[in-house]
Amino acid sequence: MLEALLAGLFNGLIYAAVAVGLALIWGITDVINFAHGEFLMLAMYAAYWLYTLGHVDPTMSAPLVAVLLAFVGFLTYALIIKRLQDGPPMTVILATFGLSLVLRQVAFIAFTPDYRTLPDTWLSGSVSMAGISMGRPSVVTGLIALVMVIALFVLVYRTRWGHALQAVAEDRQVAALVGIPPDRINAQVWMLGSAAVGLAGALLTTFFYVFPSVGTVFALLAFVAVCMGGFGSLAGAVIAGLLIGVIEAMTGYFVAPALKTVSIYVLFILVLWYRPRGLFGRW
Amino acid sequence: MKKNILAGVLASLAMAATLPAHAADKVIRIGAIYPLTGSSASTGQELKEAIDLAVDLINNPHADAGLAGIPMAQGKGLPNLGGAKLQVVYEDSQGKPEVGLADAQRLIDQEHVVALTGAYQSGVTKTASRIAEQRGIPYLNAESSSPDLTERGYKWFFRTTPNDETFIENMMQFLDTVKSVPTTKIAVVYENTDFGVNTYKAVEKFAKKYHRQIVANIAYSANSPSVTAEVQKLSSAKPDVAIFASYVSDAMLFVRTMREAKYAPPVLLANDAGFIDTRFIQEMGPQVQGVLTRDVWATDVTGAKPALKAINDLFKAKYGKELNGNNARSLEGILVLADAINRAGSTDPQAIRKALIATNLNANQVVMPWAGVKFDANGQNSEGSGLILQMDGPGYKTVWPTSYRTDAALPKLPFAWK
Repeated sequence: MLEALLAGLFNGLIYAAVAVGLALIWGITDVINFAHGEFLMLAMYAAYWLYTLGHVDPTMSAPLVAVLLAFVGFLTYALIIKRLQDGPPMTVILATFGLSLVLRQVAFIAFTPDYRTLPDTWLSGSVSMAGISMGRPSVVTGLIALVMVIALFVLVYRTRWGHALQAVAEDRQVAALVGIPPDRINAQVWMLGSAAVGLAGALLTTFFYVFPSVGTVFALLAFVAVCMGGFGSLAGAVIAGLLIGVIEAMTGYFVAPALKTVSIYVLFILVLWYRPRGLFGRW
Repeated sequence: MKKNILAGVLASLAMAATLPAHAADKVIRIGAIYPLTGSSASTGQELKEAIDLAVDLINNPHADAGLAGIPMAQGKGLPNLGGAKLQVVYEDSQGKPEVGLADAQRLIDQEHVVALTGAYQSGVTKTASRIAEQRGIPYLNAESSSPDLTERGYKWFFRTTPNDETFIENMMQFLDTVKSVPTTKIAVVYENTDFGVNTYKAVEKFAKKYHRQIVANIAYSANSPSVTAEVQKLSSAKPDVAIFASYVSDAMLFVRTMREAKYAPPVLLANDAGFIDTRFIQEMGPQVQGVLTRDVWATDVTGAKPALKAINDLFKAKYGKELNGNNARSLEGILVLADAINRAGSTDPQAIRKALIATNLNANQVVMPWAGVKFDANGQNSEGSGLILQMDGPGYKTVWPTSYRTDAALPKLPFAWK
């Protein structure tokens, strides 16, 4: 019971870390980034190659990968989103979807479809909590994810810049009228959201395998977390991520592992049934 | 300008299509469906490599004395069809049954292949072969092990690999020889697909026959982000033997999760698949010393027959790695299919089917450690058998049947993490 709960919480923190970047971009710029999973994949490959070729441990390279992904986020915004954001909303969605396919295929060609893992990083090993052995990589990654999520909260809800973000999320035109440049804010949000997924991705390589479609393993859960948490709510995404982790672990442990995924979607449907705007949605 | 180029390309394409085929250039086309992208793409690519080697051996002259006894591997094309060359047209199933089904339709209707082969995952083979059955095109499956496939009463379906019933029975026979640790309580961990579920069913059937009991039945969905709950369930059941039916991604994740949870089943016995993937052996090998798997191929069996060594050497020279149980079977499958087409002496599906039924190869005519290839009334090769291997050093070594075992110190049990 306790071990399932602990495992679920740590998995949940990791889902939350992947989801929070998506929630940020979605909540403020109104764009669903369907390439979010592929950003995660790029981050994982970056960390993988930095370790394999440059002998930089993922715990050290994570900030670097975050910066790299911020750059990817910026390019995506500047080259694709910015040009399309005034057109029909569907265009942007399809563009990010197209980007996801391109990135996946490029990774497929560049890195081959092989599954790769880093069997031996600084984090490799186990930690014991209350007599339960857990993987040190996932525990440390979960804790770092927690710190990252808190930092993002402070940034968005407690700083002047964060207020500017919320102003843009509320109303672009009005924000522009009071001197907040929406395009610049959008670009910054894309960078921040992508950096968050970059950090999560780099740390994931300490315990998860990398392959070109690895994004799909986590991205779907991230989308569910963001929807369930409520559009525009960082707290919602994080809590939904944790909830998904715990429900999944509990179902796996008490009912049947094969029903883990089903339990997530049943929960998802129930939440939307009773609260169509999600747990913490603003509208 | 652009238009001109396009027109030129189109014209030359049209010419190429209408050029009469010279007798010497006659090509026999076979369709092959494999997971060339998607989550099993690394395995799919390995299968393709082995098939490409088989085609090369059939079509192009080479001097390899070791292969002298193997039908078709003489580099003369298909002699009974005027030395026609064999060509394999690949389609990517992405590992999805519905895509495999569409692939089979396309290969038959548009590529006009004379026979089909593939598709590795049992679930995909199931749908793809249904199309072949409807259209009356022979389907030779070389690497799907779900027993159901040959229980459907199909007339056009042939399978060279032994199926999971044989394999699981082999596992039980092997476990009977293990005396150093108890082997009565069995847990089965399997992905909830055709392959996994049929592994479980076979274990259920043969556990009873060999006086063992199943203490945990753990089905999981493939490629999930975490298998912690599965491992917790497994460890709390305290089995003597844990049988795994997992493809490579989940195999990697299970190994990691069990190791971090400091749980090692005393006998970890895999049903092939992910555990024999080259990448798995390379990256996880040092940590999973002592893991057992059933297989149909091991590098050390090459000492048993000259043809096995010859084929492995050729593969190694071409791709820089050894054959494994997945792709060695694909290679054998193409040779069997080519042999049948050659004996049929025509591309008529009915003639090829009759030739496949008449297939009768002995141990020295196949590049597998089998007694031969001969199809029973269901289209199942009755002469195949499995091996049990153990990871020792850089790769797997044969531990059962003892006639193929080269290291008498194996198997080393109980299993523990390094």
